[in-house]
Amino acid sequence: MSVSFVPSAQELARFAPEMALALGATLVMLGEALWKSGSRSKLAALAFLTLLAAAALAVFAAGDPGPAFSNLLAVDGFSTFFRVLVCAAGMLVVLISTNYLRQEGHDSGEYYALILFSVAGQCLMAASNELIMLFIGLECSSIASYVLAGYLRDDKRNNEAALKYFLLGSFASAFFLYGVAWLWGASGTTNLSELRRLLLDPSSGVSVTVTAAAAALLLVGLAFKVSAAPFQMWAPDVYQGAPAPVAAFLSVGPKAAAFAMFLRILMTTFVPLRGRWEPVLWAVALATMVIGNFAALHQTNVKRLLAYSSIAHAGYILVALTAMSDTGAAAAMFYLAAYTFMNIGAFAVVTYVAGRGEKHVELMDLAGLSRRSPVMAAVLSIFLLSLTGVPLTAGFFGKFYIFKAALDADLVWLAVLGLLNSAVAAYYYLRIIVMMYMQEPSAGAGPLPAPGAGMRWALAASVAGTFVLGVAPSLVLDYATASAPLLR
Amino acid sequence: MPDLSQVLAAQVPLGWYLILSVILFVIGAAGFLIRRNIITVFMCIELMLNAVNLSFIAFSHKLKMVDGHIYSFFVMVVAAAEAAVGLAIILTVFKNRETLEIDEVSSLKL
Repeated sequence: MSVSFVPSAQELARFAPEMALALGATLVMLGEALWKSGSRSKLAALAFLTLLAAAALAVFAAGDPGPAFSNLLAVDGFSTFFRVLVCAAGMLVVLISTNYLRQEGHDSGEYYALILFSVAGQCLMAASNELIMLFIGLECSSIASYVLAGYLRDDKRNNEAALKYFLLGSFASAFFLYGVAWLWGASGTTNLSELRRLLLDPSSGVSVTVTAAAAALLLVGLAFKVSAAPFQMWAPDVYQGAPAPVAAFLSVGPKAAAFAMFLRILMTTFVPLRGRWEPVLWAVALATMVIGNFAALHQTNVKRLLAYSSIAHAGYILVALTAMSDTGAAAAMFYLAAYTFMNIGAFAVVTYVAGRGEKHVELMDLAGLSRRSPVMAAVLSIFLLSLTGVPLTAGFFGKFYIFKAALDADLVWLAVLGLLNSAVAAYYYLRIIVMMYMQEPSAGAGPLPAPGAGMRWALAASVAGTFVLGVAPSLVLDYATASAPLLR
Repeated sequence: MPDLSQVLAAQVPLGWYLILSVILFVIGAAGFLIRRNIITVFMCIELMLNAVNLSFIAFSHKLKMVDGHIYSFFVMVVAAAEAAVGLAIILTVFKNRETLEIDEVSSLKL
Protein backbone atom coordinates (compact mmCIF):
# COMPACT_ATOMS: atom_id res chain seq x y z
CA MET A 1 0.00 0.00 0.00
CA SER A 2 1.53 3.28 -1.02
CA VAL A 3 0.71 6.11 1.30
CA SER A 4 1.03 9.72 0.29
CA PHE A 5 1.73 12.07 3.15
CA VAL A 6 0.57 15.09 1.20
CA PRO A 7 -3.20 15.32 1.62
CA SER A 8 -5.10 15.78 -1.61
CA ALA A 9 -7.63 18.56 -2.08
CA GLN A 10 -10.36 15.94 -1.92
CA GLU A 11 -9.19 14.71 1.48
CA LEU A 12 -8.95 18.24 2.80
CA ALA A 13 -12.51 18.93 1.65
CA ARG A 14 -13.68 15.84 3.54
CA PHE A 15 -11.91 17.03 6.68
CA ALA A 16 -12.97 20.68 6.23
CA PRO A 17 -15.61 20.92 9.01
CA GLU A 18 -13.13 19.94 11.73
CA MET A 19 -10.49 22.28 10.32
CA ALA A 20 -12.98 25.16 10.19
CA LEU A 21 -14.00 24.55 13.81
CA ALA A 22 -10.40 24.39 15.07
CA LEU A 23 -9.53 27.53 13.10
CA GLY A 24 -12.61 29.34 14.39
CA ALA A 25 -11.80 28.36 17.98
CA THR A 26 -8.27 29.69 17.59
CA LEU A 27 -9.57 32.95 16.12
CA VAL A 28 -12.00 33.32 19.03
CA MET A 29 -9.12 32.93 21.49
CA LEU A 30 -7.03 35.46 19.53
CA GLY A 31 -9.98 37.84 19.47
CA GLU A 32 -10.35 37.44 23.21
CA ALA A 33 -6.74 38.55 23.65
CA LEU A 34 -6.67 41.34 21.06
CA TRP A 35 -10.10 42.97 21.10
CA LYS A 36 -11.26 45.34 23.78
CA SER A 37 -13.49 43.89 26.47
CA GLY A 38 -16.56 45.67 25.09
CA SER A 39 -16.73 43.46 22.01
CA ARG A 40 -17.71 40.16 23.60
CA SER A 41 -20.81 39.76 21.47
CA LYS A 42 -18.55 39.74 18.42
CA LEU A 43 -16.88 36.59 19.77
CA ALA A 44 -20.24 34.85 20.21
CA ALA A 45 -21.16 35.86 16.65
CA LEU A 46 -17.81 34.54 15.38
CA ALA A 47 -18.41 31.21 17.16
CA PHE A 48 -21.92 31.00 15.75
CA LEU A 49 -20.73 31.71 12.21
CA THR A 50 -17.93 29.13 12.56
CA LEU A 51 -20.48 26.47 13.54
CA LEU A 52 -22.69 27.51 10.64
CA ALA A 53 -19.73 27.32 8.26
CA ALA A 54 -18.74 23.91 9.62
CA ALA A 55 -22.26 22.58 9.08
CA ALA A 56 -22.25 23.99 5.54
CA LEU A 57 -18.84 22.43 4.85
CA ALA A 58 -20.11 19.09 6.16
CA VAL A 59 -23.03 19.26 3.73
CA PHE A 60 -20.65 20.30 0.95
CA ALA A 61 -18.28 17.41 1.76
CA ALA A 62 -21.21 15.00 1.55
CA GLY A 63 -21.50 15.83 -2.16
CA ASP A 64 -18.34 13.79 -2.69
CA PRO A 65 -18.50 10.95 -0.17
CA GLY A 66 -15.68 8.53 0.45
CA PRO A 67 -12.72 7.79 2.71
CA ALA A 68 -9.94 10.23 3.55
CA PHE A 69 -6.45 10.03 5.05
CA SER A 70 -5.73 6.33 4.44
CA ASN A 71 -9.27 5.37 5.41
CA LEU A 72 -9.05 7.04 8.83
CA LEU A 73 -12.14 9.10 8.06
CA ALA A 74 -15.26 8.02 6.24
CA VAL A 75 -17.46 10.78 4.89
CA ASP A 76 -20.87 9.25 4.25
CA GLY A 77 -24.50 10.10 4.88
CA PHE A 78 -24.21 8.89 8.46
CA SER A 79 -21.25 11.07 9.40
CA THR A 80 -22.80 14.07 7.62
CA PHE A 81 -26.01 13.62 9.60
CA PHE A 82 -24.18 13.68 12.92
CA ARG A 83 -21.76 16.44 11.91
CA VAL A 84 -24.67 18.72 11.06
CA LEU A 85 -26.53 17.65 14.20
CA VAL A 86 -23.69 18.45 16.61
CA CYS A 87 -23.03 21.77 14.84
CA ALA A 88 -26.72 22.64 15.20
CA ALA A 89 -26.60 21.73 18.89
CA GLY A 90 -23.52 23.95 19.25
CA MET A 91 -25.30 26.88 17.57
CA LEU A 92 -28.33 26.58 19.85
CA VAL A 93 -26.08 26.44 22.92
CA VAL A 94 -24.10 29.51 21.81
CA LEU A 95 -27.41 31.37 21.45
CA ILE A 96 -28.66 30.49 24.93
CA SER A 97 -25.26 31.14 26.52
CA THR A 98 -24.63 34.79 25.64
CA ASN A 99 -27.10 36.29 28.05
CA TYR A 100 -26.33 33.77 30.79
CA LEU A 101 -22.60 34.52 30.71
CA ARG A 102 -23.18 38.27 30.81
CA GLN A 103 -25.49 37.83 33.77
CA GLU A 104 -22.92 35.70 35.64
CA GLY A 105 -20.12 38.18 34.86
CA HIS A 106 -18.02 35.57 33.07
CA ASP A 107 -18.57 36.67 29.50
CA SER A 108 -15.29 35.75 27.86
CA GLY A 109 -14.11 34.22 24.62
CA GLU A 110 -12.70 30.97 25.95
CA TYR A 111 -16.21 29.69 26.61
CA TYR A 112 -17.00 29.86 22.91
CA ALA A 113 -13.57 28.52 21.97
CA LEU A 114 -14.16 25.50 24.22
CA ILE A 115 -17.57 24.87 22.67
CA LEU A 116 -15.96 24.98 19.22
CA PHE A 117 -13.15 22.59 20.21
CA SER A 118 -15.66 20.24 21.75
CA VAL A 119 -17.84 20.29 18.63
CA ALA A 120 -14.73 19.68 16.49
CA GLY A 121 -14.05 16.55 18.54
CA GLN A 122 -17.65 15.47 18.13
CA CYS A 123 -17.50 15.93 14.34
CA LEU A 124 -14.37 13.79 14.33
CA MET A 125 -16.16 11.11 16.37
CA ALA A 126 -18.98 11.10 13.84
CA ALA A 127 -16.67 10.76 10.84
CA SER A 128 -13.90 8.46 12.10
CA ASN A 129 -13.65 4.98 10.71
CA GLU A 130 -10.78 3.97 12.93
CA LEU A 131 -10.55 3.26 16.64
CA ILE A 132 -7.61 5.53 17.46
CA MET A 133 -9.21 8.44 15.58
CA LEU A 134 -12.42 7.78 17.48
CA PHE A 135 -10.43 8.00 20.70
CA ILE A 136 -8.78 11.28 19.67
CA GLY A 137 -12.19 12.74 18.77
CA LEU A 138 -13.66 11.49 22.03
CA GLU A 139 -10.88 13.10 24.06
CA CYS A 140 -11.06 16.38 22.10
CA SER A 141 -14.73 16.55 22.90
CA SER A 142 -14.37 15.37 26.51
CA ILE A 143 -11.42 17.50 27.64
CA ALA A 144 -13.13 20.66 26.39
CA SER A 145 -16.37 19.62 28.13
CA TYR A 146 -14.56 19.00 31.46
CA VAL A 147 -13.50 22.63 31.44
CA LEU A 148 -16.96 23.81 30.37
CA ALA A 149 -18.62 21.88 33.22
CA GLY A 150 -16.54 23.89 35.70
CA TYR A 151 -16.65 27.12 33.77
CA LEU A 152 -17.68 29.42 36.65
CA ARG A 153 -14.61 28.56 38.65
CA ASP A 154 -15.64 30.30 41.86
CA ASP A 155 -18.87 28.38 42.08
CA LYS A 156 -18.65 25.27 44.27
CA ARG A 157 -21.31 23.40 42.33
CA ASN A 158 -19.37 23.99 39.11
CA ASN A 159 -16.14 22.72 40.67
CA GLU A 160 -17.79 19.58 41.84
CA ALA A 161 -19.46 18.91 38.48
CA ALA A 162 -16.15 19.40 36.66
CA LEU A 163 -14.30 17.13 39.07
CA LYS A 164 -16.81 14.30 38.82
CA TYR A 165 -17.10 14.63 35.06
CA PHE A 166 -13.34 14.66 34.67
CA LEU A 167 -12.61 11.68 36.94
CA LEU A 168 -15.36 9.43 35.62
CA GLY A 169 -14.83 10.54 32.02
CA SER A 170 -11.11 9.71 32.08
CA PHE A 171 -11.88 6.42 33.81
CA ALA A 172 -14.24 5.55 30.96
CA SER A 173 -11.70 6.65 28.33
CA ALA A 174 -9.12 4.32 29.87
CA PHE A 175 -11.53 1.39 29.53
CA PHE A 176 -12.27 2.30 25.92
CA LEU A 177 -8.58 2.57 25.16
CA TYR A 178 -7.73 -0.75 26.77
CA GLY A 179 -10.38 -2.35 24.57
CA VAL A 180 -8.75 -0.72 21.53
CA ALA A 181 -5.32 -2.05 22.58
CA TRP A 182 -6.58 -5.64 22.86
CA LEU A 183 -8.53 -5.43 19.62
CA TRP A 184 -5.43 -4.22 17.86
CA GLY A 185 -3.33 -6.92 19.50
CA ALA A 186 -5.76 -9.63 18.44
CA SER A 187 -6.25 -8.49 14.87
CA GLY A 188 -3.40 -6.17 13.90
CA THR A 189 -5.74 -3.43 12.71
CA THR A 190 -7.74 -0.61 14.21
CA ASN A 191 -9.70 0.15 11.07
CA LEU A 192 -13.38 -0.66 11.56
CA SER A 193 -14.09 -1.96 8.04
CA GLU A 194 -10.90 -4.01 8.10
CA LEU A 195 -11.80 -5.44 11.53
CA ARG A 196 -15.20 -6.43 10.22
CA ARG A 197 -13.63 -8.21 7.26
CA LEU A 198 -11.23 -10.11 9.54
CA LEU A 199 -13.97 -11.11 11.98
CA LEU A 200 -16.19 -12.41 9.19
CA ASP A 201 -13.37 -14.43 7.69
CA PRO A 202 -12.89 -17.66 9.70
CA SER A 203 -9.45 -18.26 8.20
CA SER A 204 -8.03 -14.96 9.53
CA GLY A 205 -7.15 -16.58 12.87
CA VAL A 206 -8.50 -13.67 14.96
CA SER A 207 -9.49 -15.05 18.35
CA VAL A 208 -13.19 -14.54 18.96
CA THR A 209 -12.74 -14.79 22.75
CA VAL A 210 -10.16 -12.01 22.90
CA THR A 211 -12.20 -9.87 20.50
CA ALA A 212 -15.33 -10.35 22.58
CA ALA A 213 -13.44 -9.42 25.78
CA ALA A 214 -12.04 -6.32 24.08
CA ALA A 215 -15.52 -5.49 22.81
CA ALA A 216 -16.78 -5.67 26.40
CA LEU A 217 -14.15 -3.10 27.45
CA LEU A 218 -15.22 -0.86 24.55
CA LEU A 219 -18.83 -1.25 25.65
CA VAL A 220 -17.97 -0.08 29.19
CA GLY A 221 -16.30 3.03 27.82
CA LEU A 222 -19.15 3.81 25.44
CA ALA A 223 -21.83 3.13 28.07
CA PHE A 224 -20.17 5.69 30.35
CA LYS A 225 -20.18 8.30 27.61
CA VAL A 226 -23.86 7.83 26.73
CA SER A 227 -24.73 7.57 30.46
CA ALA A 228 -26.17 4.07 30.20
CA ALA A 229 -26.80 1.98 33.31
CA PRO A 230 -24.89 0.85 35.34
CA PHE A 231 -22.52 3.70 34.43
CA GLN A 232 -25.04 6.54 34.64
CA MET A 233 -24.22 7.89 38.10
CA TRP A 234 -22.11 10.82 36.93
CA ALA A 235 -24.85 12.37 34.79
CA PRO A 236 -27.17 13.76 37.51
CA ASP A 237 -24.34 15.35 39.49
CA VAL A 238 -22.70 16.83 36.40
CA TYR A 239 -25.90 18.22 34.86
CA GLN A 240 -27.03 19.64 38.19
CA GLY A 241 -23.69 21.23 39.02
CA ALA A 242 -22.65 22.54 35.60
CA PRO A 243 -23.89 25.93 34.35
CA ALA A 244 -27.36 25.44 32.81
CA PRO A 245 -26.36 26.18 29.17
CA VAL A 246 -23.39 23.82 29.53
CA ALA A 247 -25.70 21.13 30.91
CA ALA A 248 -27.83 21.63 27.79
CA PHE A 249 -24.73 21.15 25.67
CA LEU A 250 -23.46 18.09 27.58
CA SER A 251 -26.82 16.36 27.45
CA VAL A 252 -26.95 16.66 23.67
CA GLY A 253 -23.67 17.20 21.80
CA PRO A 254 -21.28 14.68 23.39
CA LYS A 255 -24.15 12.23 23.78
CA ALA A 256 -25.15 12.38 20.10
CA ALA A 257 -21.51 11.94 19.05
CA ALA A 258 -21.03 9.05 21.48
CA PHE A 259 -24.12 7.37 20.04
CA ALA A 260 -22.72 7.93 16.53
CA MET A 261 -19.57 6.13 17.64
CA PHE A 262 -21.60 3.41 19.30
CA LEU A 263 -23.69 2.86 16.17
CA ARG A 264 -20.71 2.80 13.87
CA ILE A 265 -18.77 0.32 16.00
CA LEU A 266 -21.85 -1.83 16.56
CA MET A 267 -23.20 -1.81 13.03
CA THR A 268 -19.90 -2.31 11.22
CA THR A 269 -17.39 -4.16 13.29
CA PHE A 270 -19.33 -6.17 15.77
CA VAL A 271 -22.09 -7.56 13.63
CA PRO A 272 -20.16 -10.85 13.62
CA LEU A 273 -20.26 -10.83 17.44
CA ARG A 274 -23.95 -10.04 17.45
CA GLY A 275 -25.01 -13.03 19.54
CA ARG A 276 -22.77 -11.90 22.39
CA TRP A 277 -23.75 -8.22 22.28
CA GLU A 278 -27.48 -8.60 22.07
CA PRO A 279 -28.36 -9.93 25.56
CA VAL A 280 -25.99 -7.41 27.18
CA LEU A 281 -27.46 -4.49 25.25
CA TRP A 282 -30.98 -5.72 26.01
CA ALA A 283 -30.31 -5.64 29.75
CA VAL A 284 -28.44 -2.32 29.59
CA ALA A 285 -31.25 -0.65 27.61
CA LEU A 286 -33.92 -1.84 30.04
CA ALA A 287 -31.90 -0.93 33.14
CA THR A 288 -31.13 2.54 31.73
CA MET A 289 -34.80 3.28 31.04
CA VAL A 290 -35.96 2.00 34.42
CA ILE A 291 -33.29 3.76 36.48
CA GLY A 292 -33.68 7.03 34.59
CA ASN A 293 -37.46 7.16 34.80
CA PHE A 294 -37.93 5.95 38.36
CA ALA A 295 -35.18 8.15 39.78
CA ALA A 296 -36.66 11.17 37.98
CA LEU A 297 -40.00 10.65 39.74
CA HIS A 298 -38.92 12.08 43.08
CA GLN A 299 -36.49 14.82 42.05
CA THR A 300 -37.02 18.35 43.28
CA ASN A 301 -34.25 20.04 41.29
CA VAL A 302 -35.21 20.73 37.67
CA LYS A 303 -31.71 20.25 36.26
CA ARG A 304 -31.38 16.97 38.12
CA LEU A 305 -34.79 15.86 36.90
CA LEU A 306 -33.78 16.62 33.30
CA ALA A 307 -30.54 14.71 33.88
CA TYR A 308 -32.44 11.58 34.89
CA SER A 309 -34.83 12.13 32.00
CA SER A 310 -31.85 12.28 29.65
CA ILE A 311 -30.64 8.97 31.09
CA ALA A 312 -34.06 7.50 30.31
CA HIS A 313 -33.87 8.87 26.76
CA ALA A 314 -30.46 7.23 26.34
CA GLY A 315 -32.27 4.04 27.33
CA TYR A 316 -34.85 4.47 24.55
CA ILE A 317 -32.06 5.02 22.02
CA LEU A 318 -30.32 1.89 23.30
CA VAL A 319 -33.53 -0.03 22.52
CA ALA A 320 -33.05 1.03 18.90
CA LEU A 321 -29.40 -0.07 19.04
CA THR A 322 -30.38 -3.45 20.48
CA ALA A 323 -32.49 -4.04 17.36
CA MET A 324 -29.19 -3.93 15.39
CA SER A 325 -30.96 -3.33 12.12
CA ASP A 326 -30.98 -0.56 9.54
CA THR A 327 -34.39 0.59 10.74
CA GLY A 328 -33.02 0.59 14.29
CA ALA A 329 -30.06 2.76 13.32
CA ALA A 330 -32.33 5.13 11.40
CA ALA A 331 -34.71 5.32 14.39
CA ALA A 332 -31.80 6.14 16.72
CA MET A 333 -30.61 8.88 14.35
CA PHE A 334 -34.09 10.38 14.14
CA TYR A 335 -34.54 10.21 17.90
CA LEU A 336 -31.23 12.00 18.49
CA ALA A 337 -32.28 14.80 16.13
CA ALA A 338 -35.64 15.16 17.89
CA TYR A 339 -33.99 14.93 21.31
CA THR A 340 -31.51 17.70 20.40
CA PHE A 341 -34.30 20.22 19.83
CA MET A 342 -36.54 19.30 22.72
CA ASN A 343 -33.83 18.86 25.34
CA ILE A 344 -31.88 22.02 24.49
CA GLY A 345 -35.22 23.83 24.47
CA ALA A 346 -36.13 22.54 27.93
CA PHE A 347 -32.72 23.44 29.33
CA ALA A 348 -32.96 26.87 27.68
CA VAL A 349 -36.15 27.65 29.60
CA VAL A 350 -34.50 26.38 32.79
CA THR A 351 -31.53 28.67 32.09
CA TYR A 352 -33.90 31.56 31.67
CA VAL A 353 -35.94 30.90 34.82
CA ALA A 354 -32.84 30.13 36.93
CA GLY A 355 -31.84 33.78 37.00
CA ARG A 356 -28.63 35.27 38.29
CA GLY A 357 -26.42 32.81 40.19
CA GLU A 358 -28.83 29.99 39.25
CA LYS A 359 -30.82 30.50 42.43
CA HIS A 360 -34.14 29.29 40.98
CA VAL A 361 -33.57 25.76 39.79
CA GLU A 362 -35.99 23.94 42.11
CA LEU A 363 -39.27 22.54 40.81
CA MET A 364 -41.10 24.97 43.11
CA ASP A 365 -39.57 27.87 41.18
CA LEU A 366 -41.56 26.76 38.12
CA ALA A 367 -44.86 26.94 40.02
CA GLY A 368 -47.17 29.49 38.47
CA LEU A 369 -44.79 30.21 35.59
CA SER A 370 -47.83 30.66 33.35
CA ARG A 371 -48.61 33.87 35.25
CA ARG A 372 -45.08 35.17 35.48
CA SER A 373 -44.23 34.54 31.85
CA PRO A 374 -47.01 32.92 29.77
CA VAL A 375 -44.88 32.48 26.67
CA MET A 376 -42.11 30.64 28.52
CA ALA A 377 -44.62 28.38 30.24
CA ALA A 378 -46.19 27.52 26.87
CA VAL A 379 -42.80 26.88 25.28
CA LEU A 380 -41.62 24.66 28.13
CA SER A 381 -44.92 22.75 27.95
CA ILE A 382 -44.27 22.03 24.27
CA PHE A 383 -40.81 20.62 25.03
CA LEU A 384 -42.08 18.55 27.95
CA LEU A 385 -44.95 17.16 25.87
CA SER A 386 -42.45 16.27 23.18
CA LEU A 387 -40.19 14.58 25.74
CA THR A 388 -43.26 12.63 26.90
CA GLY A 389 -43.97 11.60 23.31
CA VAL A 390 -47.31 13.27 22.59
CA PRO A 391 -48.42 13.18 18.91
CA LEU A 392 -47.69 16.21 16.70
CA THR A 393 -44.35 16.64 18.45
CA ALA A 394 -40.97 15.22 17.47
CA GLY A 395 -40.79 12.95 20.51
CA PHE A 396 -43.84 10.97 19.38
CA PHE A 397 -42.35 9.85 16.09
CA GLY A 398 -38.98 9.29 17.76
CA LYS A 399 -40.48 6.79 20.18
CA PHE A 400 -42.77 5.35 17.50
CA TYR A 401 -39.89 4.50 15.17
CA ILE A 402 -37.75 3.10 17.98
CA PHE A 403 -40.43 0.75 19.25
CA LYS A 404 -41.35 -0.20 15.69
CA ALA A 405 -37.72 -1.13 15.02
CA ALA A 406 -37.68 -3.15 18.24
CA LEU A 407 -40.85 -5.02 17.21
CA ASP A 408 -39.44 -5.68 13.74
CA ALA A 409 -36.40 -7.24 15.39
CA ASP A 410 -38.62 -9.49 17.57
CA LEU A 411 -37.75 -7.61 20.75
CA VAL A 412 -41.38 -7.65 21.88
CA TRP A 413 -40.70 -7.60 25.60
CA LEU A 414 -38.20 -4.77 25.35
CA ALA A 415 -40.70 -2.73 23.33
CA VAL A 416 -43.50 -3.39 25.82
CA LEU A 417 -41.33 -2.53 28.82
CA GLY A 418 -40.11 0.59 27.00
CA LEU A 419 -43.69 1.71 26.39
CA LEU A 420 -44.55 1.16 30.06
CA ASN A 421 -41.52 3.24 30.93
CA SER A 422 -42.68 6.15 28.80
CA ALA A 423 -45.96 6.02 30.71
CA VAL A 424 -43.99 6.43 33.95
CA ALA A 425 -42.10 9.32 32.35
CA ALA A 426 -45.36 11.07 31.51
CA TYR A 427 -46.00 11.46 35.24
CA TYR A 428 -43.01 13.65 36.00
CA TYR A 429 -43.19 15.66 32.78
CA LEU A 430 -46.89 16.38 33.17
CA ARG A 431 -46.41 17.21 36.86
CA ILE A 432 -44.21 20.15 35.81
CA ILE A 433 -46.88 21.37 33.39
CA VAL A 434 -49.51 21.08 36.13
CA MET A 435 -47.29 23.07 38.48
CA MET A 436 -46.77 25.81 35.90
CA TYR A 437 -50.48 26.22 35.14
CA MET A 438 -52.39 25.16 38.25
CA GLN A 439 -50.30 26.46 41.12
CA GLU A 440 -49.75 29.95 42.45
CA PRO A 441 -46.27 31.46 42.09
CA SER A 442 -44.32 31.41 45.34
CA ALA A 443 -44.34 34.61 47.36
CA GLY A 444 -41.96 37.30 46.13
CA ALA A 445 -41.68 35.87 42.62
CA GLY A 446 -42.53 38.73 40.30
CA PRO A 447 -42.81 38.73 36.51
CA LEU A 448 -39.63 37.62 34.78
CA PRO A 449 -37.55 40.01 32.65
CA ALA A 450 -37.84 39.72 28.88
CA PRO A 451 -35.47 37.12 27.42
CA GLY A 452 -32.48 38.25 25.36
CA ALA A 453 -32.39 38.03 21.58
CA GLY A 454 -30.21 34.90 21.52
CA MET A 455 -32.55 33.07 23.87
CA ARG A 456 -35.58 34.06 21.78
CA TRP A 457 -33.98 32.76 18.58
CA ALA A 458 -32.84 29.53 20.21
CA LEU A 459 -36.30 28.87 21.63
CA ALA A 460 -37.97 29.69 18.32
CA ALA A 461 -35.63 27.33 16.49
CA SER A 462 -36.17 24.55 19.05
CA VAL A 463 -39.96 24.92 18.93
CA ALA A 464 -39.84 24.94 15.13
CA GLY A 465 -37.61 21.85 15.11
CA THR A 466 -39.88 20.03 17.55
CA PHE A 467 -42.97 20.71 15.46
CA VAL A 468 -41.41 20.15 12.04
CA LEU A 469 -40.08 16.75 13.09
CA GLY A 470 -43.44 15.99 14.67
CA VAL A 471 -45.53 16.91 11.64
CA ALA A 472 -43.21 15.95 8.78
CA PRO A 473 -40.81 13.35 10.21
CA SER A 474 -39.97 12.02 6.76
CA LEU A 475 -37.75 15.07 6.16
CA VAL A 476 -35.17 13.62 8.53
CA LEU A 477 -36.21 9.99 8.61
CA ASP A 478 -35.83 9.45 4.86
CA TYR A 479 -32.30 10.77 5.03
CA ALA A 480 -31.52 8.60 8.07
CA THR A 481 -33.03 5.52 6.43
CA ALA A 482 -31.01 6.12 3.28
CA SER A 483 -27.73 6.64 5.12
CA ALA A 484 -27.99 3.90 7.79
CA PRO A 485 -27.17 0.98 5.43
CA LEU A 486 -24.13 2.91 4.16
CA LEU A 487 -22.50 2.27 7.53
CA ARG A 488 -21.10 -1.02 6.38
CA MET B 1 27.59 -7.57 26.93
CA PRO B 2 24.38 -8.40 25.01
CA ASP B 3 21.90 -5.70 24.12
CA LEU B 4 19.21 -5.48 26.79
CA SER B 5 16.36 -5.11 24.29
CA GLN B 6 17.40 -8.33 22.56
CA VAL B 7 17.60 -10.23 25.82
CA LEU B 8 14.16 -9.00 26.90
CA ALA B 9 12.64 -9.89 23.55
CA ALA B 10 14.24 -13.31 23.40
CA GLN B 11 13.63 -14.42 26.97
CA VAL B 12 10.47 -12.71 28.17
CA PRO B 13 7.43 -14.07 26.34
CA LEU B 14 4.62 -11.78 25.21
CA GLY B 15 2.21 -13.25 27.75
CA TRP B 16 4.18 -11.85 30.67
CA TYR B 17 3.96 -8.31 29.37
CA LEU B 18 0.24 -8.72 28.88
CA ILE B 19 -0.24 -10.18 32.34
CA LEU B 20 1.70 -7.26 33.81
CA SER B 21 -0.45 -4.85 31.83
CA VAL B 22 -3.66 -6.52 33.07
CA ILE B 23 -2.38 -6.37 36.66
CA LEU B 24 -1.51 -2.67 36.31
CA PHE B 25 -4.90 -1.94 34.76
CA VAL B 26 -6.76 -3.77 37.52
CA ILE B 27 -4.71 -2.02 40.23
CA GLY B 28 -5.58 1.29 38.59
CA ALA B 29 -9.28 0.50 38.30
CA ALA B 30 -9.48 -0.87 41.86
CA GLY B 31 -7.57 2.13 43.20
CA PHE B 32 -9.95 4.46 41.38
CA LEU B 33 -12.88 2.87 43.15
CA ILE B 34 -11.30 2.45 46.60
CA ARG B 35 -8.95 5.39 47.22
CA ARG B 36 -10.48 8.57 48.66
CA ASN B 37 -7.84 11.18 47.90
CA ILE B 38 -8.46 13.03 44.63
CA ILE B 39 -4.79 13.10 43.62
CA THR B 40 -4.42 9.37 44.27
CA VAL B 41 -7.57 8.67 42.26
CA PHE B 42 -6.11 10.73 39.44
CA MET B 43 -2.83 8.78 39.63
CA CYS B 44 -4.82 5.55 39.35
CA ILE B 45 -6.23 6.77 36.03
CA GLU B 46 -2.69 7.47 34.82
CA LEU B 47 -1.75 3.95 35.88
CA MET B 48 -4.56 2.55 33.76
CA LEU B 49 -3.37 4.57 30.75
CA ASN B 50 0.17 3.28 31.25
CA ALA B 51 -1.14 -0.28 31.34
CA VAL B 52 -2.69 0.49 27.95
CA ASN B 53 0.66 1.80 26.68
CA LEU B 54 2.46 -1.31 27.87
CA SER B 55 0.07 -3.59 26.02
CA PHE B 56 0.35 -1.44 22.87
CA ILE B 57 4.13 -1.75 22.91
CA ALA B 58 4.08 -5.48 23.67
CA PHE B 59 1.61 -6.17 20.87
CA SER B 60 3.63 -3.95 18.59
CA HIS B 61 6.66 -6.15 19.18
CA LYS B 62 4.70 -9.34 18.60
CA LEU B 63 2.97 -8.12 15.44
CA LYS B 64 6.23 -6.58 14.14
CA MET B 65 4.27 -3.39 13.43
CA VAL B 66 5.37 0.09 14.38
CA ASP B 67 1.76 1.30 14.75
CA GLY B 68 1.67 0.41 18.44
CA HIS B 69 4.48 2.83 19.21
CA ILE B 70 2.62 5.62 17.47
CA TYR B 71 -0.60 4.78 19.31
CA SER B 72 1.21 4.89 22.63
CA PHE B 73 2.51 8.37 21.75
CA PHE B 74 -1.08 9.41 21.05
CA VAL B 75 -2.06 8.04 24.44
CA MET B 76 0.76 9.93 26.17
CA VAL B 77 -0.18 13.21 24.51
CA VAL B 78 -3.83 12.78 25.44
CA ALA B 79 -2.85 11.80 29.00
CA ALA B 80 -0.73 14.96 29.26
CA ALA B 81 -3.62 17.12 28.06
CA GLU B 82 -5.94 15.38 30.49
CA ALA B 83 -3.47 15.90 33.33
CA ALA B 84 -3.24 19.63 32.56
CA VAL B 85 -7.01 20.07 32.66
CA GLY B 86 -7.48 17.63 35.53
CA LEU B 87 -4.92 19.21 37.83
CA ALA B 88 -6.40 22.64 37.10
CA ILE B 89 -9.84 21.35 38.09
CA ILE B 90 -8.42 19.74 41.25
CA LEU B 91 -6.70 23.06 42.11
CA THR B 92 -9.94 25.04 41.84
CA VAL B 93 -11.69 22.44 44.01
CA PHE B 94 -8.96 22.75 46.61
CA LYS B 95 -9.07 26.54 46.47
CA ASN B 96 -12.82 26.64 47.10
CA ARG B 97 -13.09 23.83 49.65
CA GLU B 98 -9.60 23.32 51.13
CA THR B 99 -9.96 19.58 51.03
CA LEU B 100 -8.81 16.81 48.73
CA GLU B 101 -10.99 14.09 50.24
CA ILE B 102 -13.39 12.95 47.56
CA ASP B 103 -16.19 12.19 50.05
CA GLU B 104 -16.23 15.79 51.22
CA VAL B 105 -16.84 17.05 47.68
CA SER B 106 -20.49 16.06 47.69
CA SER B 107 -22.70 19.09 48.02
CA LEU B 108 -24.81 17.90 45.10
CA LYS B 109 -27.57 15.57 46.10
CA LEU B 110 -27.01 11.88 45.50
